[in-house]
Amino acid sequence: MSVRHALLALLSEGPKYGLQLRQEFEARTGEVWPLNVGQVYTTLQRLERDGLVVSEDGEDGPQKGYSITADGARALTDWLQTPSADAQPPRDELLIKVLVAVQVPGVDLHDVIQVHRRHLIELMQRYTAVKADAPEDDVALALVVDAELFRIDAAVRWLDSADARLRRAPRAAAGRPAAPARKAPVGRLGAVSR
Amino acid sequence: MLELRGVSKVYGGGPTAVHALRDVGLAVAAGELVAVMGPSGSGKSTLLTIGGSLEDATTGQVVVGGAVLQGMSKKEKARLRRRAIGFVFQDFNLLAGLTAAENVSMPLELDGTSARAAREVAMTALAQLGIEDRAGHFPDDLSGGERQRVAIARAVVGERRLVLADEPTGALDSVNSEAVMRLLREISRRGAAVVVVTHDAQLASWADRVVFLRDGRLVDQTAAPSGPESLLASGPRPPA
Ligand SMILES: Nc1ncnc2c1ncn2[C@@H]1O[C@H](COP(=O)(O)OP(=O)(O)OP(=O)(O)O)[C@@H](O)[C@H]1O
Ligand SMILES: [Mg+2]
Repeated sequence: MSVRHALLALLSEGPKYGLQLRQEFEARTGEVWPLNVGQVYTTLQRLERDGLVVSEDGEDGPQKGYSITADGARALTDWLQTPSADAQPPRDELLIKVLVAVQVPGVDLHDVIQVHRRHLIELMQRYTAVKADAPEDDVALALVVDAELFRIDAAVRWLDSADARLRRAPRAAAGRPAAPARKAPVGRLGAVSR
Repeated sequence: MLELRGVSKVYGGGPTAVHALRDVGLAVAAGELVAVMGPSGSGKSTLLTIGGSLEDATTGQVVVGGAVLQGMSKKEKARLRRRAIGFVFQDFNLLAGLTAAENVSMPLELDGTSARAAREVAMTALAQLGIEDRAGHFPDDLSGGERQRVAIARAVVGERRLVLADEPTGALDSVNSEAVMRLLREISRRGAAVVVVTHDAQLASWADRVVFLRDGRLVDQTAAPSGPESLLASGPRPPA
C-alpha cells in the first residue's frame, strides 16, 4: 500500500488536519510500517498538486486542514479494485539460492534450506509477537500482521516442498540439465507471468 | 519441567528396525512454549509420547518435573499423567456419554475439585475457544473442529504442569487455530511447560522456541526471540 492511498483513505472519512492524518496513519499501520513525519506532508503536497485533495489557505504543516476531492475519491476506489502486480515470475532471492545450491557440489541442500527456514520462522515469531501482545480487538493490526505472516508462510511452505522434492530426486537429475539441454526453468514460465 | 537426555527410540529389531528418535536432547522449562516441526515420519509424535511417559525410551533419560521416568512404576506414571500432564492427541478420546462440558470437567472432579468449581473452570476454557454454546452437546453432535477444541480444553484445565499437543489444530480454520495457540501461550505464561507438534509455520511462530526434527534427530532450533523492536527497525518486508 502506498502512503498516498493510505492518506486518501483517511480523508475519505472526512476533512482532517495534517497532524491528525499523521497520527491516524501511525495508529492504524505504524507498528509494522514506520513512516517519517516529512513523508506525510510531502505526500499531501503532491496529492494537492494532482488535484486529489484540497487544503485550506495558510501555512503548510501540522495545522493545515485537508479534504478529499471527487477525483481523489475516484482514484481511491480505482486503486482498491486494481489487482496488485504480484504475479511476477518467481525470481526471488530464495529461489535463486536454492537453484544455485542444487548445482554446487558438496553443498548439503537440506542444510541450506534449513537455514532459510529457520530464518523465516524467526521472522514470523517476531510478527506473531506483535499480534500476541496487542489487544485482541485490534483487528487492523492483526490484518496487517497476518498479511506479512501469510506471505512468509508461503515461502516456508515452498521450502518444505523443495526439501521433500530434493529428497526424492537423485541429486544428478535435480542439478544437471538432461540432454537435450533444457531451457532455464524460470525462463520456461514466461508465458504464465505475462 | 520436561527434559530428554540422549533419548533414542527404536521400534522393532534386526534389519527392519526403525530408529524413530536418535540421541535427542531437549529441555522445556516451566513457562516455555516450544513448537516441534519436521517432515512426516521424523519422530515428532514419538517425542511427545515418550516425553509424556506413554512409551519408554530405548536409551536415554526422560525427566518430568524433576522425576526420572525410568525409575517409576506403571502406577506412578499413570498418576503423574493424570495429575500433571495434559495431552491433546489426534484422536481426541472424548467420552461419548458425557457432554462437552462434562468431558472437560471430569478429570478435575476425579482429582477432588467440587463439581461446581470444575464446571466453572470448564466453561471458561470452552468460552476461550469459542464453543461455550456447545457445552451441553455430546461429542457425536459436534463438528470435528468443535470436538478438537473440547479435547484441548480438557487438556489444559487444572494444574497441568506439562501440556503436550500433537497437531492440535488439524481440523480448525486459521482464526480458530489462532485461538488455540493463544490459549496454549496463556497456559505457558501461567507456568506450564507446553510442547506443540505442528507442520504449520504460522502456528509454530507462537512458540518461544521452535525445534526441528529430521530423521529422528534434533537438527536445529530458533534463536531466542529478539522481540518486536528489532522488527520495526528492520522494516516490514521479509527478505524472502
Ligand atoms: N509403534 C510403532 N512401531 C513401529 N514403528 C513406528 C511406531 N510408531 C512410529 N513408528 C515409526 O517411527 C517413525 C517416526 O514416527 P512418528 O509418528 O514419530 O513421526 P511424525 O514425525 O509424528 O510423523 P507425522 O508428521 O506423519 O505424524 C516413523 O518412521 C514411524 O513409521
Ligand atoms: Mg505424528
